[in-house]
Order: sequence, then structure tokens, then C-alpha cells
Amino acid sequence: MNILVCVKRVPAPGARINITSDGQQVDTAFLGFTVSPHEECAVEQAVQLVEKHGGDVTVLTLGPAEAQEQLRTAVSTGATKAVLVPIDTTDWDPQKTAQAIAKVIEELEATNGNFDLVLFGNESADSCGYQVGVRTALKLGRPIVNGAKGLDIDNGVAVIRRESDAGVEVYKLKMPACVGVKEGINLPRYPTMKGRLASKKVEITQNAASGEVGGLKLITLRRPPERASNTKILGNGPDAASAVVDLLEELGVFK
Amino acid sequence: MTVLAVVEHDRGNITSASLGVLTAARNLAKQMNTNFEALTIGANADALSEVVSKYGATTVHQAHNAMLTDFGPEAWGESVAQVVRKTSPSVVIGTGTERGHEIIAQAAARLDLPAAMNCLEFDKEFNGTQPLKVVRARWGGSLMEESQIDAPIKLLTLANHIVEPQEELATTPTTVLLIDVDLDDSVTQSFVQDRVERVAGVTLATSPVVVSGGRGVGSAEAFAPLEELAGLLNGVVGCSRAVTNNGWRNHTDQVGQTGTRIAPDIYIACGISGAIQHWVGAMASKNILAINTDAQANIVTKAGYAVIGDLHLVVPAISAEIRKRHPK
Amino acid sequence: MSEFPKSAKCVVIGAGIVGNCLVGHLAKLGWTNIVQIDKGPLPNPGGSTGHASNFIFPTDHNKEMALLTLASQKQYIEMGMNNTCGGIEVARNPERLEEFNRRMTSAKSWGIDAKLLSPAEVKELVPFINEKIVLGGFYTPSVSCVDSLQTGTLMREGAVKSGNLSVFANTEVLDLEVENGAIKAVVTNKGRIEAEYVVVACGVWSPRIAKMAGANIPLTPAVHQMADVGPIDILQKTNAEVAYPIVRDMDTFCYERQTAGSMEVGSYAHRAIFMHPDDIPSNEASALSPTELPLTQDDFDPQMEQAIELMEMLGDAEIKYSINGLLSLTPDAMPVLGETVEVKNLWSAAAVWIKEGPGIAQLVAEWMTYGYPHLCDPHSSDISRFYAHEKTEHHIYARCDEHFNKTYGIVHPREQWGTQRNMRRSPFYAREEAAGATFFDARGWERPQWFASNEKLVTKFASACEPRPHEWDARWWSPITNAEHLQMRESVGMVDLTAFNEFDFTGPGVIAFLQYMCVNNVDVPVGRSVYTPLLTPGGGFRGDLTIMRLGAEHFRVITGAFDGGRDNYWFKRHMPQDGSVTFTDMSSSLCTIGVWGPNAEKTMAKATQNINAEGKLVPFDVSQKNFPYGSVREVLIDGVPATMFRISYVGENGWEVYTKMEHGLRMWDSIAKAGEEFEIIPVGMGVYAVTGRIEKGYRLMGAELESEYNPVEAGLNRAKVKSADFIGKADYMKARDEKPCAIMCTLEMIDNTSKAGIKRYPTGGNEPILTKTGERIVDTKGRVSRVTTAGAAPSLGKYLLLAYLTPEHAVEGNELRVMYMNELFPVRVARVGSQPLFDPTDARMKS
Repeated sequence: MNILVCVKRVPAPGARINITSDGQQVDTAFLGFTVSPHEECAVEQAVQLVEKHGGDVTVLTLGPAEAQEQLRTAVSTGATKAVLVPIDTTDWDPQKTAQAIAKVIEELEATNGNFDLVLFGNESADSCGYQVGVRTALKLGRPIVNGAKGLDIDNGVAVIRRESDAGVEVYKLKMPACVGVKEGINLPRYPTMKGRLASKKVEITQNAASGEVGGLKLITLRRPPERASNTKILGNGPDAASAVVDLLEELGVFK
Repeated sequence: MTVLAVVEHDRGNITSASLGVLTAARNLAKQMNTNFEALTIGANADALSEVVSKYGATTVHQAHNAMLTDFGPEAWGESVAQVVRKTSPSVVIGTGTERGHEIIAQAAARLDLPAAMNCLEFDKEFNGTQPLKVVRARWGGSLMEESQIDAPIKLLTLANHIVEPQEELATTPTTVLLIDVDLDDSVTQSFVQDRVERVAGVTLATSPVVVSGGRGVGSAEAFAPLEELAGLLNGVVGCSRAVTNNGWRNHTDQVGQTGTRIAPDIYIACGISGAIQHWVGAMASKNILAINTDAQANIVTKAGYAVIGDLHLVVPAISAEIRKRHPK
Repeated sequence: MSEFPKSAKCVVIGAGIVGNCLVGHLAKLGWTNIVQIDKGPLPNPGGSTGHASNFIFPTDHNKEMALLTLASQKQYIEMGMNNTCGGIEVARNPERLEEFNRRMTSAKSWGIDAKLLSPAEVKELVPFINEKIVLGGFYTPSVSCVDSLQTGTLMREGAVKSGNLSVFANTEVLDLEVENGAIKAVVTNKGRIEAEYVVVACGVWSPRIAKMAGANIPLTPAVHQMADVGPIDILQKTNAEVAYPIVRDMDTFCYERQTAGSMEVGSYAHRAIFMHPDDIPSNEASALSPTELPLTQDDFDPQMEQAIELMEMLGDAEIKYSINGLLSLTPDAMPVLGETVEVKNLWSAAAVWIKEGPGIAQLVAEWMTYGYPHLCDPHSSDISRFYAHEKTEHHIYARCDEHFNKTYGIVHPREQWGTQRNMRRSPFYAREEAAGATFFDARGWERPQWFASNEKLVTKFASACEPRPHEWDARWWSPITNAEHLQMRESVGMVDLTAFNEFDFTGPGVIAFLQYMCVNNVDVPVGRSVYTPLLTPGGGFRGDLTIMRLGAEHFRVITGAFDGGRDNYWFKRHMPQDGSVTFTDMSSSLCTIGVWGPNAEKTMAKATQNINAEGKLVPFDVSQKNFPYGSVREVLIDGVPATMFRISYVGENGWEVYTKMEHGLRMWDSIAKAGEEFEIIPVGMGVYAVTGRIEKGYRLMGAELESEYNPVEAGLNRAKVKSADFIGKADYMKARDEKPCAIMCTLEMIDNTSKAGIKRYPTGGNEPILTKTGERIVDTKGRVSRVTTAGAAPSLGKYLLLAYLTPEHAVEGNELRVMYMNELFPVRVARVGSQPLFDPTDARMKS
């Protein structure tokens, strides 16, 4: 079984995200980068599936040359092949991204055969677009379900579990199919030292990126207004218990 | 040149997010001096037209197809796309929920139109003739993006909890229009095939009281006093990502950007520093009480109420006080 | 929370290990109204303490660092924060095994139990090690892991409970106000607070904070990489924070330290990665903390391979946490402590690691309380040691880049810096270079250590110029030094002493001022000089220098290159505020040539003139009669105005000759020409600082002379004490009345043949002097006998050692042992006290 996981390189910020002076990007001067969390889980899920069913996991990213770092991280946790679709900015708009990824997937499949599964993260941690997976799947003509908190393979069918307010829903997609994975589907493993060293030796294939600019245009980024701190301190230590219960009563918790 | 609200429902039950969308769509339509219309998907949602009319829709489109008995992202997205093609609205607003994002993404992909998710504000000058400037949430809301939807039809979702639902009857009675949508085999797969109903009781997402623990709790076992307090308050226990990563609790308990977004009446955050990842999941809470040793922890400065102290001492003291005042 | 105060006796900025322990010690020493602030939250404000690996390997070749580390470990133990796990340094290369012998020697000096292990014995203690690549181990059972955050918290809370401290977290310093050269107030985001004292204990942020007051704390934040890998079964099974000894893989500059079920792998092997203090992200903007930056993986990869090589199990463990951790580096790898030279009452307690934190806090608290520390001499940590060029970022980066990879390196006591050379050159440099000088660095000055041009003399004095068979002993050394020594003693030599510092003091208050600073009477006739110690308030050595009286109200202090900065500060700090004394630093204006030897007088007689009473240029009478020992004269050397000072640090007749820098080269050539017929040679510092000095038993500041010792013990007390008061007088008087419990002695090696059958030459790096049965000699004040200087005495045919001995051992002829490279060699006490072995009556200097 061949699984492709599309990942995005995103910064790992602290409690406050700073923005570059031109307002166009997150200031990453002192930030590390990571695979976006949902996609980290997608990689883990793919690795678990091939551990169970055999096959190969390929990771793909559309991003700057530095995104190779994230591809190698994925390889160090079990992916075997890596594809970089290089661009000269941190990311492209969702429409353009989906076009480029779909085209590269077609190129890859033309030589290596179809991927049984193409996995995406439900949404990227940074731009939160919620659409690249869906758009790509449609271009590939394959079904897609997002929000997967469970993913198994059963007789050529991808069985997806997803949570809603009402309960757990089950979807079944005949492969080849696409799935948008959510964090919580598994607890992704960390790279091992050996894995890390091995990942350095993996050759990263490069496929050129192409696509047309979409209609969602970034004007500027800004930080939400600082909330003035007017926290009411109810007290210090266990002595504050009485004040806390007063508050809970006031809020009607015991009614 | 209308504003179309896409109603999210579960087997005919309207979601609260939809009410916010109806309100926002009406307000935007007013600003544009145009009509506000709504779309319900599936015959099982026809009855929702009554609810929708209370929010002032001039027209409700009821999309029908025999397949539309339950949620299916592709079928729903295709339904939206067909209604959009037919009615050519100026703006289409969906809910900022997992399903809502998916429906709008599907519709946008099918229409080959851009889409902006989790919008917080719309351009006050927008009249339907120019590109729509929006402010939308990034990083789960800890960063804002001003962007512009440059397309004849603007698709977007409205960030959840951002608009307070407000009924307002239309001046004229709501027109109900039935639209039969064509759904081919390509979308049939992705319907819900099976559904395990949640056992009755409150969930993290819906509980009015959430008692949450962070790294400061220290271990899986040390959650016991939090469980006890949550029990006394008929609430549930949540946690931060650090806790999940340490394996102390399941991911299902995680409050945060990649966990569950919650909006309880009161959120009690114990030993949680308030990193972005966590804050964006909790910020919609109506009241936040932080219990932390550090008076300057992010969560403390952002919370409405705080107790400065060691959660391992404070939490049992609160439980004891509750038992004293409200013996069962 | 209490209201932010408007004033305090002392504000301590920083709540890491140093700031926390400092407030604790200050409170214990009686300080009240202390305010501690930190811009981060408590208990972990986000500095280097928060991510420290927290282990202590107590053995250090440097005495100051060893004592501070041991004092710190003692405090951790007292607070119950010391978890003894043992530690093994392992060798992969044979050179490292040699180094372990040296470490055994240093461990012996400081009384640290240590043991050499075979690979099999290493394996026994660390069953998961690959003993096949290990040649041996240096095992210290007392190595421990400490809880530095909790220790700091206890210290801080203790001070709060005593009522003497209030603490404000999340309080950021915005400015430091200075008034009349003294600290005035700290401006923070919570308000302004006036303070009599302010201490910068801000670790990597220290330079940034000090700069707000116009002060300079020369350090740079630098990366130390570490990764936590696990869980690992064998570690988890121990159910302990740390059960296995910490392993330092010395030859890969890497360590493995158990942290509960995981292993922390730390590295000092990567390229030096610096960060500017202004660029360190805020607490809020940091993913982990401001000093836990994302790991630059490529830098760490080679270390992972080596770690797996040493402990295979690490390969399959998950990397759960990995950082580029920031710590502080200084240009000479020592801390930066003391009052800043720029701003009165603004103190630095920076560039301190966990292992020495509590001890240094105690030391700084004592310094602030008593005017000088009691714990040990902070000689090599003193912030005032730096010269201007050493405080630039250029210098800091260059030197830190050079020494970072030596953190676990094998550093020779005489090792020379490779970077930042040629910062300061004397006017004679071109001649010295032409003579094939090997230059050593003296705080920027290039000083010839020996001259290749003198190599022919090695044959002349062959019997005294034997090569040293062991490479370690011969490193940074040449037999030419012995040849230069003998040639000087036989005829005459000239020494470049331009690295001297010259401080001129003038004005009506100058005598009162210098009397107060110096032990010996400075009120000598014009044209005379004084040798004098400077004492700490507690009566220990603070300085050691000579002073010339050039006029009724004009004195010139001469001090060495290594203490110039410290002495400069000490004088300035005590200057009267009424303007009655003017200080002029002449060091960059003057150059100096020492001319010494039996033919020095004849040489100088040829070159020296002066203008007589009739205004005529006449030869100057340089005879002892006209120009006695210890006197100073203004002369012309071949037409160049110069100051001649009849004195010697090498025990020969002759002078220090001073002139302006621009006249220097001409003067050098004039003296060389005058000495030609006596076969005058240039002589290097190998003679001046070691062989010539040690034959005369002359003491050196920073070696024999330290604040722990007083003039009586050093044998430098005079028969009479002047009536004028001076710093340290009370304790000095007391010391004179007591029988000293340690006495400076000169020892000779009886046989320096090692077990391997080769002659060894101790380098003089704190080697312990032991009893015949190998016991340490510790005096009643707890000070250990160790070699302070070692060197050849070519004129005596001996190899000499200087060391303090207790009275029962300080008996001439008494036989003892010196440990060198973990081997005992027999030594004999050759001289007790200051009388020289060579020319005991000083006849050569005075005739």
C-alpha cells in the first residue's frame, strides 16, 4: 500500500506571535519549525498503516527549501520517501497550493502508480485555511473526508471515524481516496537518534511547483488587540476557596 | 446580489453556530441593502425554515435529493455549489465549525472560487460591488489576517461564537423555494455510513463547567482532585496539550487549537500557563478562573478571575468548601 | 502582592541560581531592605538556570573554580538539594589518559576522592556503555546532580521569611539611573526604585542591563546543545531521577546524564553559536523559554553518532526534547564578578554556572559586605581584570569561539591564545621579531618568551639546557630560556617590560591617599622608591607593586600586565572625592626595557648622559654610589629622555629604563649597541617571570600572593609598621602578632625521574605538596599546600617549587613529596621565608 502524506512547515511559536514589520509574515527569527500538528498525526497514522498492511509512506511538502527539514523529520519517524515542491515564499494561497500539489501527485503517480491514500492535515496550524485537502482531492477526482480521528483499511476501503457533537460517525471511502486527519487520532512518535541520522541520507526528490494565483489575497497580518489585564484576584492559596465558591454560586453553577 | 447563509444541522437539528451565521448574514445583507437568503440541505431540514424566518431571511432554499438524509461533506458541498450557481449570491456564509469549513471548502472547490474561513469581521463599506475585505482568524485566533476575497461570489465561514444570535423578523414573510439538486455517484461515498450515538451526558464541548489541568498538575494520578471538583460541579475534566503529550490523559480531553474548542459558562484552568495552542480552545468561555502559582502566567492575565496558589492545595480546598455549603 | 517599593538598600536583578542565592547570602550577612526583581515568572523566570543540566564535577585545575565549586556543592548538600550519583569521565584517546593523571593530581589538591578506572570497571558502573571504545575512566564518586531551581527558591524564600527581602517577578528593567558616577535607581515597568546598591545577576542578559548604566559586563550568550532521549528501559527501571553515574565522553566533548527514564545528551562539540543579548526573545514569544531555543539539528548530528557509539541503546530512544540552550561565555572562560569599574555600587554577578552558583553568591555577598571576599580570592573572576580591548564584542566573540570547544579540552597551563593576537605591541617588536622571538600573550601584549637568536647559547650552556623528554613538560617551553638566563647572569641581557602598567598620582592629597592604600611607607625622598603590598580590608593580598617618587607630589605606581586592570580599579575606587589627587594612566605612553647582569652598569654607563648644573651634556654616573639600588633618575639615553629605576626582579644589578613609546625603538637600539661588546642579548619572559624570579624566591600576585594569605605568611612583612592608617592595617597588625599557620617556602625536587624513567618538570599548576606518606598538608585555616610556581633554576642546577607549608613542615631540609601527573616525586624544603636561594644577600644587585 502506498500512502502519500502532505505536510506543511509551520513555526512553533510561544504565547505571543510576533509579526514582521511589513505585516506579511510571522517573525520567525527565534522560532523553531515543525510539521503542522494534524499532519504530524497523519504521518504517524500512515506509518502505522504500512506497518500493519505493508507499503511505503511518501511525504510531500510545498514550501521553501528549508522545509526539507520537516520532510526529514517525517522520514525519521517512519516515512520512506520525500518530495519537496519548492517555492520561494513560506506558502501559497490555497487554490494555487492545491493546483500545484495535485499536479505533482499526478506526476508521481505517472511513474510510480497510484497512491492508495493521500492524507492531509485537517487544517494547517498557521494559516488555518481548511481547504487545500478538499481542493486537491477534487482535482484528483477522489473522495475526501476531513476530521478523521480514526483511520483503518479494510479490504481496499478506508474506514474513517470522526467525532461530532452527536457521536462518532463512520465513513467508508473506496481507495484511492483522500483523508483529512485530525490530531488525537494517535500520539505521534518522536524521531529516534538513529532515525534522525538515517533521514539525513534520504534523497529528497524535487518536483517543480506551478499554479495560478487564487482569489484570497493577504493584505496584512496583525495581532489581536491586547486584552487589558483586569483579572480579579480572588485570593492566595487555599484561603481563596470561599471566594471561589461565592463566585460559582453567583454564576449559578449550583442551580 | 444576495447574502446566502448555509444552515448547518444534524439530521434536522439546527446547530447553534448556524444561528450566529443567520444573524451575521442578515446584518451584512442590510449593510449591502440586499436580500438575506438561507439554504437548508436535505428534506429532513425543511422544518428549519421556520427558525430561519425568525432571523429575517427573505427566502429559504430547501435543497432536496433522496440521498440527503444525513451529513455527507461532498454531497453537501455539491448542493451548495448548485444553489450558488442557480442563485448567484454575492456572499455565501457557512458555519465556522468542522462541518461548516468542510462544506464551504467543498463548494468553493467545485465552483473554483476562493474561500476565507473563520472570518471575524467584514468590511463595513462593502456593498457587493467590490472585493470583500475580511478579518479572519489564524493560528486558531491568536493572530488576525486582513485579507480580500477577490471573486464574483465570496465564500466564507464565520468564526464560531463571534456573533451573538439575534432573532429579527423580516418585513415580508419568508419565501420557501425548493431546489432539487443533482448528485452523482462521485459524492455518494462520503456519507455517514454508521453512527455511534454519544452516550447521554455532557461532553467536553458542551459541558457548562470545565475543570482543566495543565503541566502544573504533574502526573496522571494528580488529576484526581480535579475529577472530584468537576464531579461536584457536574462538569467535565479537560487538559492542555502538555498533559496529552505526557500521556497523562487522552487527547479527547484536550482543550485547544488542535483539541476541543469549548465555550462553557465557567472554565477553571489549573496549573495551565496559557500557551496559544490552549488559549484559542478556551477563549470562548464565558468566565475563566485561573488557579496558578504564577500571578503573571498568560492564563492569569487573560482570565476574569484568578487564585494565586498551588493547585494541589487550592483545588481540594474548593471541593471541601462546596461540600460544606452544598451537602448532597 | 505588596506594592512596588520606592527605595531599597540593594536591588538584585535576576532570579536565577545566582540572584536567588545572592539575596539569601546577603540577608544572612545582615543586609536589610533588599529587593529582587526578574522579568520572568517564578520559580523559573526563563534564564539559563531553568534548562541547566545541573550536575557538578568538582575537580578543576583552577584553584578559584575548584574552591567555588566545592563551596557550592556544600551548600547544595546543606539544603538537601544534592543528589550524589558519581561521575565518570571516559577517555577515547591516549592523551586523555594522561589528562586523567593530571585530574587525579588536581583532585588530590582539593581533597576530592577520585579513582582511575579500567574499561571493565567503567562497564561495571555503567553497564550500558560500549567499553570497547573506552580506554579508561576518571571516576569521582561525589559527582552530583542538584536541583538548582528549588535551591534558589529556598534561598530566596529564606530571605523573604527573614523579612529582609521582597521579590517582584515579571518586572522588567527599563533603565538604570546613575548619578555622580554611582548607581541611583532602577526603572522598571512596575515603577522606579532608588537603591544604594544594584547587582546585575541576569546571566545572559547581564551585558544588556549593565549597558543601561553605561557599564560593561563582557560576556556573550552562547549555545550549548542538548537533547533528552527516552524512555529507556534500563533507566526507567531505576525509578530514580539519576541512578547511574554521569558519563562525560571527554574526547567527543559530550556528556550523558540520566534524567529519570531518559538520557540527556549534551554537547560542547558544535561550532560556537553566539547570540546578542538584545536578540534573545521575550518569555511570551518563546516556544519554550527565552534561553531554550530551537535545536539547530545539523550541529548536533555528529554528536548523536558519537553518543550511539558509546551507548547503543540511545539510538532507538526518541528525542523528546532538544534545544539550543543559552549559557554565558566570557573571553577567558571565567565568571565576571565584582563592582563594575564604570559605576560605583553597581555590581556584576554574571557568567556563572550551576556548579559554582551558590559559592559565587556567597563570595559576592561577602565582597559587598566586607569589601573583599573571604571564601577565596576572586582574582581571575574579578570584573576589573579586563582591559578596554577585552571588553569589545570583537574580542568576546573571537576568544569564546576559540575556547568553547575546549570546555572539555585538555588545556595546558601555559597554553597560548591563537586569536586576538597582536593587539598591543611594544616599540621593540620589530627587533624582537627579527631575533626570532616566540611571543606569549599578556592581556593583549605580545611579549617575547624566548628568542631563537639565542639558540647558540644552548650549546654554550649545554649542561643546564637539557631538553625535556616529556612533550607535556616541554610544551610552550624552550631550553633557550635557561641559556638566556645564564647569559644574563654571566654578562648582560635586555628585557622588554612594556606590558607594565604605570599609574601617575599627583596633587596635594597624594601622600595621604597612597599611605592609605599601601602597607609600606610611601613618604620617601624624591628619587627613591617603595615596594609595597596592597591589602584587602581583611589584611590579605590585594596587590603587589612598586612606587617611584618622582616629585614632591608626584608618584608613579608600576604594576604588571596581569593585574593592571584590577589595580587601576582599586586605586580609582578609593580616590578622594575632593580633587586633591589626580590619576593619570601612563601605561600606553611609556615603554620599558630591563637591563640586567654583571655588565649592565658598564653597558648603561656608555649610553647614559644627563645635563649637569652648568647646562652641559655629560656622561651620567650610574655607579651604585651615585645611583643606589632603589633610586630613580631622569637621564638621557643617547639623547632620549628616560627614567632609570635601579631595581631587579631577576636578582641582577641593573635597571628598568622607561621612556616614551615613540622613543622606544631608538632607545632599544642604543642600549643594544652599548652592550654589543658585552655580548648583550635580548632575554625573554621565561627568565624574567620564571627562572630569574624563582631563583630569587620573588612572589607573584595571583600565584603566591592571594587574598587568602597575608604578608607575614608570604614573608613580605617589614620590621616596622608605619603610623599612618592603611587598608587592612588592623588585620595586618594582628597577623604580625600571631604565629603564621602557613609560610611561603622554596622547595627543590630531589629526584624528578618518573616511574617510566624519564625526567619530569611540574608545570606549577596547583600540584599538591604531600607528606612522605602522601597525605595532604592543610593548615589550620583550611588552606592546602600546593605548588604556586614551578621552574628551573639554571644557576643552581635545581628545579624549584614555591608553596605555602604549615610550620611543622616548613623546616629547611625537610623532605616531602610533590604529586605530578598522579605520581609522587621527592622534594626538599630548601628555603623557608623570603630569603632567596640564589645570592641570598642580594650582593649582585647592590654592587
